[in-house]
Amino acid sequence: MSRFYSALLHLYPASFRAEYGGEMRSILGARLRETSGTLSRLKLWVETIADVVFNAAAVHWDILRQDLRYTARTLARSPGFALTAVLVTALGIGANTAAFSVADFVLLRALPYPDADRLVKLWEAQDGGRNQVSPAIYRQWKTSQSFESMGAYYTNAVNLVGQGDPWRLETAVVTADLLPILGIQPMLGRLFIASEEGEGATGPVVLSYGVWQAQLGGDPAIVGRQILIDGNPRIVVGVMPRDFHFPNRDIALWTLIGTAGQNDEDISNTYWEVLAKLRRGVPHKQASTEMDLIARRLQQQYPDDMENVGVLVNPLRDELSNQSRLLLLALCGAAVCVLLIACANLANLLLARALMRRKEILVRTALGAGRERLVRQSMTESLVLAALGGALGVAVAYVALPLLTRLVPTTLPIAQLPSIDPRVLVFAALLTAVTGVGFGVLPAWRSAGRVDIAGMGLGARSGGGRRERARSALVIAEVMASVVLLISAGLLMRALLRLQSVDPGFKAESVLTLRTALTGVRNDTTGRRIPFYRDVLSGVRAIPGVSSAAYITSLPIANMGGVWPVIPEGQALTGARADRASSRFVSPGYFTTLGIPLRRGRDVSDSDDANQVWIAVVSESFVKRYYPNEDPIGKRFKFLGTLRTVVGVVGDVRMRGPEQQSEPQVYLSYKQVADAANTFYSPKDLVIRSSVPAATLIPALRRVVQQVDPQQPISNIKTLSAIVSDVTAARAVQVRVLVAFAAIAFLLAAIGIHGLLSFTVSSRQHEIGVRMALGAQRSEIVRLIMRQGIFLAAAGVLPGLAIAYAAGRGMQTLLAGVQPADAVTFLAAGLLCIAMTLVGSLVPTLRAARVDPATAFRSDA
Amino acid sequence: MTHNASDIDALLPLPAATFHILLALAKEDRHGYAVIQDVEQRTGGEIRLSAGTLYRSIQRMLEQGLLRETRDRPAPELDDERRRYYRITPFGTAVAGAEARRMADLVRMARAQGLVPAKA
Repeated sequence: MSRFYSALLHLYPASFRAEYGGEMRSILGARLRETSGTLSRLKLWVETIADVVFNAAAVHWDILRQDLRYTARTLARSPGFALTAVLVTALGIGANTAAFSVADFVLLRALPYPDADRLVKLWEAQDGGRNQVSPAIYRQWKTSQSFESMGAYYTNAVNLVGQGDPWRLETAVVTADLLPILGIQPMLGRLFIASEEGEGATGPVVLSYGVWQAQLGGDPAIVGRQILIDGNPRIVVGVMPRDFHFPNRDIALWTLIGTAGQNDEDISNTYWEVLAKLRRGVPHKQASTEMDLIARRLQQQYPDDMENVGVLVNPLRDELSNQSRLLLLALCGAAVCVLLIACANLANLLLARALMRRKEILVRTALGAGRERLVRQSMTESLVLAALGGALGVAVAYVALPLLTRLVPTTLPIAQLPSIDPRVLVFAALLTAVTGVGFGVLPAWRSAGRVDIAGMGLGARSGGGRRERARSALVIAEVMASVVLLISAGLLMRALLRLQSVDPGFKAESVLTLRTALTGVRNDTTGRRIPFYRDVLSGVRAIPGVSSAAYITSLPIANMGGVWPVIPEGQALTGARADRASSRFVSPGYFTTLGIPLRRGRDVSDSDDANQVWIAVVSESFVKRYYPNEDPIGKRFKFLGTLRTVVGVVGDVRMRGPEQQSEPQVYLSYKQVADAANTFYSPKDLVIRSSVPAATLIPALRRVVQQVDPQQPISNIKTLSAIVSDVTAARAVQVRVLVAFAAIAFLLAAIGIHGLLSFTVSSRQHEIGVRMALGAQRSEIVRLIMRQGIFLAAAGVLPGLAIAYAAGRGMQTLLAGVQPADAVTFLAAGLLCIAMTLVGSLVPTLRAARVDPATAFRSDA
Repeated sequence: MTHNASDIDALLPLPAATFHILLALAKEDRHGYAVIQDVEQRTGGEIRLSAGTLYRSIQRMLEQGLLRETRDRPAPELDDERRRYYRITPFGTAVAGAEARRMADLVRMARAQGLVPAKA
């Protein structure tokens, strides 16, 4: 009985139990003796348990209130300490919460579909790269047994007309079995059914929530109604929920792949992407093995086209580039550095404070405060600091998160803005709380352990020995981490600058671009499209300020256009995929407008129409590849199904952006688009070079297009400079974030050095006073303090450089050719660290030099 | 420790347990269980302090300076050495008096409104 009650008493704080536990036990004993009868005794026990639970909670609450009051008083007495500690904690927690929320969202969290872990994408794999697949090969893949279901799609853009302004919308053209794989039910109506695949251009359409709201006014009776897409009436059969995105968040609607597309037997026409769901219980590996067998069968069946072509089975979760992944991992690494530095700084602050308060703790111990109470008091204080820091950290994360959305790649079917991840928040807050408790409470525990009255005479001087070494180690770690961050940020900044200075092969300044995609029956032949180009171009060229304008299939960098095999005249086709060039149809004046130099021969001309010789203007790399040491003009090659004659040579353009090599380029006349060819490749991007600001030009451009065709939508209005800088935008964001992190780390390290040296100076004031009284020069004192500062910096910088080099090698693929041991970056980081040490040591050194021996002696009296 | 009127006012109104403990100690020093028994007797069994409530109150009253522990022990044959004896301080007496006056005032006001029958 009494053992049970003793155990129950452990709910009280130890001090209370030690004080009153014995008496409480004897009172219960007396009560039990007075009580007879099982029922009465049972009642007494119930009352006793309730009494202990209630009163123990009340005692704890009393102590907490006292401690909180005490904490509020002590923090108010040292606002500098409180503010620094809270800010440091907030930065650490905030930066981490934001960075890891994005990383978790992009890299880890399950995609928003049921059984998302069974979703895979299938690609043709060749030479380490991967490719879309042709409909014919897709049909072969579909015979595999590993998958519960398989579907295909490609993305396209369409014009939606008839609801106010014409709109240009991104669509996914899908097989009927694609959407059901994802397992998301439509919000309204239904998904496609297989029998609808035959309906082609007038088949049904499923809308995204976004387009239903924005372009169709959220009409609740939309299902069953007709909308006009590319001039064709289509019936809306369903609307998807708001958070459904597939294959990416730009897709506004889904239409069906027509039967004609599905029966395409040309296996080199690879433009379908394939999504499949593994059968339950079938491991990924088994599916890969089966697909390998199918690939081998296809290689035997089509030895020319499918040579070396395998199949890649890739989890949908992993559909993001290595670069996105690395960018995010680097960001997380930086965030961890910031958190560790923040913790080190917090630890240092608390250690310094604990030393300063040693005297106070000794006094309180001598006055009878138990160790438990003192430790509990310190813990309350640390937790209050961590909680305040955490709360402010959430605010920091909220501000920082939108800045990071550029790092969410568009290739994943997820929303753009991740939400703050509470798990990360709790984790970061716990870490700082542990730091706070560890470094705030342990010193109190140790000091309170021995009632060392003699220690009271020591004042704050007694900071030397082990604890000073611990504090130095923390500062050294901070310097080290900040050097790593500084150099990593520096390397990435150099990489960014290098990429931004890569010559794309054209002059993007003062060029405005917009898209008028000509689709539908009205525009289905080249002959019908030409009047549109002619009228728009002459109208645009007449606008004051416009110096030149032209049409092209698709802009460099922003779009891939098309890549096709090249067969020089007289040569046989050697492995259909071996020699390819990128193709663009252009109108005359394109090269002038973009400032692409004409090296030989002539530009495309208006007389190059379908009745003349089919011509091509090729890039310098094309000449180097196919006609080395020959005059290319007049040479002929088969391209896009027709024999083309080279009439001109122009400078190379980096079609795939500054980071990748481009295929050789072939430009064809906009009047020589074969009618059988996919209208997708007919010119649709208008480029305009002008001497007036883009904004003033746009209304006039709209008027011109409106006059030529009132039903024609205009989209993608952008300056070419913006398109070029968009390529490096994710990098630019990352560099900015890293630089911010590095700056924070740097500042924290400087604060660390400053704090430690200040503390040294004030705790060694007595010693300095003695030295000066014994005749030491001020310069010697200055040297004494500076030596410590330089030691701290050097001990941190040297290992920091080594780690930074290792980190640089880890992210070499992000560095765009900048060496991980880039001398400029390392030198700059080194100089900055020297500057930081000097600035951090300046004030404490000056204070040491100004120590007056007389005051130093008195200060401890 | 010196106390003034504002220290007294800051403690009023007293929790019921605190007031009863002060009453129990007003005339003589007692140990904890004796306080419980005294309160129980005086209220005719109506108020029976639990051990937890008693010692939580005593701890706070010690901090507030209403009580102190006394080293004067009863004759050894009556004593149990585990027991602690408490004595009311002059400040405790003053606080108890102030609380009694506060309640008396309340009763007078209630009586003026006819809520309480006048004294017989």
